[in-house]
Amino acid sequence: MANPVRASLLVTCLVDLFYPEVGVAMVRLLRRLGVSVDFPSNQTCCGLPLFNSGYHQEAARVARRTVRLFAHSEHVVVPSGSCAWMVKKEYPGLLKDDPALGAQAEGLGSRTYELSQFIVKVLGAPDIATDFRGRVTYHDSCHLLRGLGESQSPRQLLRRLPGVELVELPGADQCCGFGGSFSVRLPDVSAAILKKKLENAEATGADCLVACDAGCLMQMSGGLSRKGSRVRAVHLAQVLAGSDSR
Amino acid sequence: MSVGELKVPFVERAHRALNDRFLQEALNTATTRFMTLRHEAFQAFPQGEALRERAREIKEATLQKLDFYLEQLADNVERLGGHVHWAATGDEARGIILRLAQERGVKLVVKSKSMATEEIELNEALEHAGITPVETDLGEYIIQLAREKPSHIIAPAIHKTKGQVAELFSRELKRPLAADPEVLTKVARGELREKFLQADMGITGANFAVADTGTVVLITNEGNGRLVTTLPRIHVALMGMEKVIPSMTDLMVFLSILPRSATGQKISSYVTLVRGPRRPGEMDGPEEFHLIVMDNGRSSQLAGTLREALYCLRCGACLNVCPVYRQIGGHAYGYTYSGPIGILLTAMLHGNHAVRDLAHASSLCGACQEACPVKIDIPRMLIELREHLDRERIAPLAERLIFKSFARVLTTPALYRVLGRLGRLLQRPFVKDGRLGALPVFLRGWTDHRDLPPVAERSFRERWRELER
Ligand code: SF4
Repeated sequence: MANPVRASLLVTCLVDLFYPEVGVAMVRLLRRLGVSVDFPSNQTCCGLPLFNSGYHQEAARVARRTVRLFAHSEHVVVPSGSCAWMVKKEYPGLLKDDPALGAQAEGLGSRTYELSQFIVKVLGAPDIATDFRGRVTYHDSCHLLRGLGESQSPRQLLRRLPGVELVELPGADQCCGFGGSFSVRLPDVSAAILKKKLENAEATGADCLVACDAGCLMQMSGGLSRKGSRVRAVHLAQVLAGSDSR
Repeated sequence: MSVGELKVPFVERAHRALNDRFLQEALNTATTRFMTLRHEAFQAFPQGEALRERAREIKEATLQKLDFYLEQLADNVERLGGHVHWAATGDEARGIILRLAQERGVKLVVKSKSMATEEIELNEALEHAGITPVETDLGEYIIQLAREKPSHIIAPAIHKTKGQVAELFSRELKRPLAADPEVLTKVARGELREKFLQADMGITGANFAVADTGTVVLITNEGNGRLVTTLPRIHVALMGMEKVIPSMTDLMVFLSILPRSATGQKISSYVTLVRGPRRPGEMDGPEEFHLIVMDNGRSSQLAGTLREALYCLRCGACLNVCPVYRQIGGHAYGYTYSGPIGILLTAMLHGNHAVRDLAHASSLCGACQEACPVKIDIPRMLIELREHLDRERIAPLAERLIFKSFARVLTTPALYRVLGRLGRLLQRPFVKDGRLGALPVFLRGWTDHRDLPPVAERSFRERWRELER
């Protein structure tokens, strides 16, 4: 290929530490789609947990180093709607006191994509070959849906997979109850919200509950495994990469 | 909710609500119904989106010239023969109403539903002064009988099942009544008719107050608002100062979106327009009309973090869609206003200390903003509020230290890596079947209800070395 699309991964702390297989799936998938992938290894976390809890100076410090780290990336791809939202929507505001850095943050924001959006909007929704089979249902993570206004890209990708049947999840747009530190501060409220989500997922008869956010995955898979459900929560990248993802 | 109960921490209040079977049943049914009705109403109303934008603009433009519109309103109300009173605080508002009632020898007051009067705990004050307040909205009537507080902006008794209401009515009215909403409504209506006729004063809130005509607008579904504003010889309306709108044309915009957002109705059953007291030659209406314009913390937010909360129409849509409200209901919040907007209003009325815990009673999912007829950015203001809690050192010291050290870790990659490895070591005793099922200390709450994935044996950054090729 003449000029491959180049993308830097912002894998997020949750994927790095808890779900490395999602990162691996993403790398294999993107490579299969002809993308040249790199991973700036000094990355940590986007700072969203700090920001959402009100620690804005601290979040700004994290933002500052992330902006610099990805200054030369052609595209930045994030396997999490919430972290992509943080970079795109909140970094510029956090760094606005330093005009040069603020402008850089704006630039980074416009080059940053959540994974499904990257595949659809930048790569033009190419056909994806995966050996993943089964009936799946899709959960809209709040930041991807309401923060970035995206509900179609992930569904479009899933619907086009030959061996995959997508069934709609009742209340797909309702929160799973994760909310970052919310799930630690008010664990039983968080769990009660999750309960409804899981009941809905199980009622669809799907084998897999797909999401585009590691936070929701952590919450939903934690609930599914605790109740011994046969439904598995997986990341979109794992579905698209199939058995390539281990 | 009595002050005593506020001594119970929010986490505990929420916990109790989760375990209240009746509350769960009542809440789930009612909020789901409201949600569906609202959704359908806007789906069948393609202009809705543009009108919501317009409503937002009107609110903003009004706030920018609030003093002008309030003066215009006052002039017009007075021109129509009404009296206008300014109350800087809730105390003052209560004082004005009490004085009016006492000077005129009022013994019995009928009220139509008003959150503003709840905000200043007017009923308690009236009772204390030997004046009997009677709530005439069915929901308010129910909770007044039960000696409770409203748990929802528009549906005060949303926390009760119809079985509970039947029990309550049977006990208070001393006759057995079936759990049939129609029967119960009829009974309440019978009880209330008498009161309307006996009352010397009617007290209402105001959904809107139109500046250029001096009109106070009440939106109700039971018709009780009409009786409260016409039968007693004195009508007192209490409004938050942000309820003023410039013109009747603006009112039309709000009338098209407020009922749809609240109950999914195209228009509420009654829209009552009050312009001053009865004029010579008119058949009905009160002899005296008083409008009380209340600040009570509002003006301090005109240039503050919570400015947008002053757009609020009190429709309740954000409560119905809020995953937290839907689980714990209104009482657990502990203040007059509950749900996502309630947290902001509580901060406005009672200061930031009051929301130390409440500010975190949101997963920031954004459903509230999406449902709000004037698109108030509630999640953003909650985040700003949390920022104040840190800056004003209201947030607990331990929490602040944890987040500040966390920031240190995230800005020092070497430290981040070391901690990742440390996590892997420390978790060993807790990993069972590839998951963490029971963790100690602050993660215990999480693992009480669900598993956590363990820190992976090899992080992504470690695996990247092989992937690099
Ligand atoms: S914040 Fe918006 S949705 Fe909530 S009560 Fe006010 S107007 Fe209604």
